[in-house]
Amino acid sequence: MSARAKVAVLKGGPSLERSVSLRSGAQVQAGLQRLGHDVTGIDVGPGLVGELLDLRPDAVFIALHGRDGEDGTVQSLMEALGLPYTGSGPSACIRCTDKILAKHLMHEAGIPTPDFQALRETSIRDLGAGAAVGAVEARLGFPLVVKPARGGSALGVKFASSSGELPGAMVGAFSYDDDVLLERHVKGRDLAVSLLDGAPPRALPVVEAVPRKEGFYNYEARYQIGMTTFVCPAELPADTTERAQQLAVQVYELLGCHGFARVDLMLEESSGELWVLETNVVPGMTETSLLPQAANAAGLSFDQVLEGVLAGAFDR
Amino acid sequence: MEKPRLMDRSSTSGGGGRGARPTAHELARYEALFATRTHGMKSSAMREMMALTERPDVISLAGGLPDTSTFPPELYAELMTDVSHESTARALQYGPTEGMAATTKCIVEVMAAEGTAIDPADVIVTTGGQQVIDLVCKTLIDPGDVIVTEAPTYPGAIPTFSAYEAAVEQIEIDSEGMPIDRLEETLDRLHAEGRRPKFIYTIPNFQNPGGATMSLARRRRLVEVARERELLVLEDNPYGLLRYEGESLPTLYSLDAQAVGREAASDLVIYLGTFSKILSPGLRLGWAVAPRPVLDKLNLGKQGSDLCSSPVTQMFVAAYFHHGGWLHYVETLRDLYRTRRDAMIEALEEHFGDSATWTHPEGGLFIWVTLDERIDTTDLLAQARTNEGVAFVPGRAAYMYAQSGASSMRLNFAGIPEPQIKEGIRRIGKAISEQLGLLGSLTGSPAKAHGPILSARAETDTAPLADVVELPRRDDARERRSQDR
Repeated sequence: MSARAKVAVLKGGPSLERSVSLRSGAQVQAGLQRLGHDVTGIDVGPGLVGELLDLRPDAVFIALHGRDGEDGTVQSLMEALGLPYTGSGPSACIRCTDKILAKHLMHEAGIPTPDFQALRETSIRDLGAGAAVGAVEARLGFPLVVKPARGGSALGVKFASSSGELPGAMVGAFSYDDDVLLERHVKGRDLAVSLLDGAPPRALPVVEAVPRKEGFYNYEARYQIGMTTFVCPAELPADTTERAQQLAVQVYELLGCHGFARVDLMLEESSGELWVLETNVVPGMTETSLLPQAANAAGLSFDQVLEGVLAGAFDR
Repeated sequence: MEKPRLMDRSSTSGGGGRGARPTAHELARYEALFATRTHGMKSSAMREMMALTERPDVISLAGGLPDTSTFPPELYAELMTDVSHESTARALQYGPTEGMAATTKCIVEVMAAEGTAIDPADVIVTTGGQQVIDLVCKTLIDPGDVIVTEAPTYPGAIPTFSAYEAAVEQIEIDSEGMPIDRLEETLDRLHAEGRRPKFIYTIPNFQNPGGATMSLARRRRLVEVARERELLVLEDNPYGLLRYEGESLPTLYSLDAQAVGREAASDLVIYLGTFSKILSPGLRLGWAVAPRPVLDKLNLGKQGSDLCSSPVTQMFVAAYFHHGGWLHYVETLRDLYRTRRDAMIEALEEHFGDSATWTHPEGGLFIWVTLDERIDTTDLLAQARTNEGVAFVPGRAAYMYAQSGASSMRLNFAGIPEPQIKEGIRRIGKAISEQLGLLGSLTGSPAKAHGPILSARAETDTAPLADVVELPRRDDARERRSQDR
């Protein structure tokens, strides 16, 4: 790759994670500028293609979170335009963004992921699937975590500790997606492994998200600066660290990720087992995001990470 | 408190850890510098979603907005011209912290229209009513001190309370506002726990967002309780003059002044007023009337915050009041908002029907709607915004903690014209119907609204649950969603 590239950084957009994306995008822009690239930030909207056609960048850095940015929409568009872009391609994006698909794939590949059941809104409305919920409860037990199949924010993610709470939790999750995931709740420590491309992919030090208030945890906390403290590297036995990193590499390869990604896991308190929850194809790149922290703990600067991810755009 | 261990790289378990590196951790450095109080300041996912409602195709019933389009542009131009002709240099200069005398004169006039006599020397002009809340907290609250307030309460007060690390006790209101016996129980409990309440925050008229107006008996009793326990009361009264029906009630400030046998000076009530709802929020002008010792501290606090409120807008207000007819403009607003309130209630009856209860406020800007307790209005907002193009404030925004208010919503009827109000309510009604239909499918029985019935609802034959079962939405919704991208 030439030393100085013309790079468009895609950020913002109409997703529910717009503000995080704007912050990620701003950090990426600043970093790429420090590296000497010619950088243009684009807040994604209806004029996106026009702007890209006018700009004719050498590469596109996708710093979008949530819908469109992570589900393959923008990636397919970049392929249609013939523009090199950072991160995973459309198929990996689809596999990772759809938590249900990702869990099926992991389950089939023998990667531990908490027991789950998917339900589609139309099956409840049209096929009487409401009557099957009881059987699902019996199989998975309580508490259950209910999640919209797609979307990386806390919105719509709910805890149901009894049958009575489940219908409301499901209706809440269906507000964000037609498909909903019911997952056995794993009580334990919340870990994340960020990965960078390589052969094999390079797993960065494990980060642990620790809720700031003792005994207080909700899914919003995980996504809010100040509500959670991140410890990096996580204080874990060496073999647990190694196993978490191994699992993350397996998932990265299984789902076909490219460039970078972050795999979220739980370390179960009762069993000491590791469980993979989900994979994010466009990890947050704000100053307090997990991937930059993990890279830093591994001795890699933010800018070095960016340079590597950008190089991946030309090497697909 | 436990020190964040972000900078700790000495652990050997992390893989890739290297020995000597610069101690300054680039990524943690802001986090390490933030004050403890910022830990309580949060921009929730819900707030981020609210920011997205500012799309042009979204009908927003979420704002706290009055309708400023009703102010005559010619008059605005004339007043600004007057200000510039007569006193450009003064308007462009700093002003006194307590406010300009000409502005305070207008405040005395507004308070008189509320039936409340005040001493102009007890007034401080502030940058919007919001600054009064901030300055009162700054003056009275040490971390952990308790503020007792209504549930639900003004959503905009919550970030302020959080920023000063106050503990907040919320007392659920009914149709007559805050029940004072419940207040006393709460105060007793706090006393027993050795915790210290500093002030009671209340919006007695057309409470935001609950819509209730505190009855005269409760007002009197509240003032007595404050006296008995030596507590201050922050009386937030932005909408008192926007009454669309019924009789005006005396302010807590005037009741307290009477109780101490003084003409015009309460000694336990801090009164908060604003020009935002009777003239314009863009002026950013409000005021406090407070007991002198408190006033002095508010003044010191304001010096630290912004020295003084804008002389330009203060002089604009003075010119406006000098011009005359400010009460006439308030009457115009009253007529307009009354019509809009009635239009919204009519639309609620048509489109929400049995699936919700709502308030019938005698004034102000808001209606508070409560749905089936299993519906979370934060999630409903996500669906309504994406699929229907309509926004409202989810009830949780009006509660300090936890999941309370999750099935309620605040609707503003003042800021937008009738056809949009009707269309907005129709859209929300559609989203509710869909969620109720889904709940029904999941539980095998139709869902009902809960909560106190504060409204007179129309007896109607059009059973709104009838169209709940049939749901042809998904396809066109998905189509629209993809067009939105």
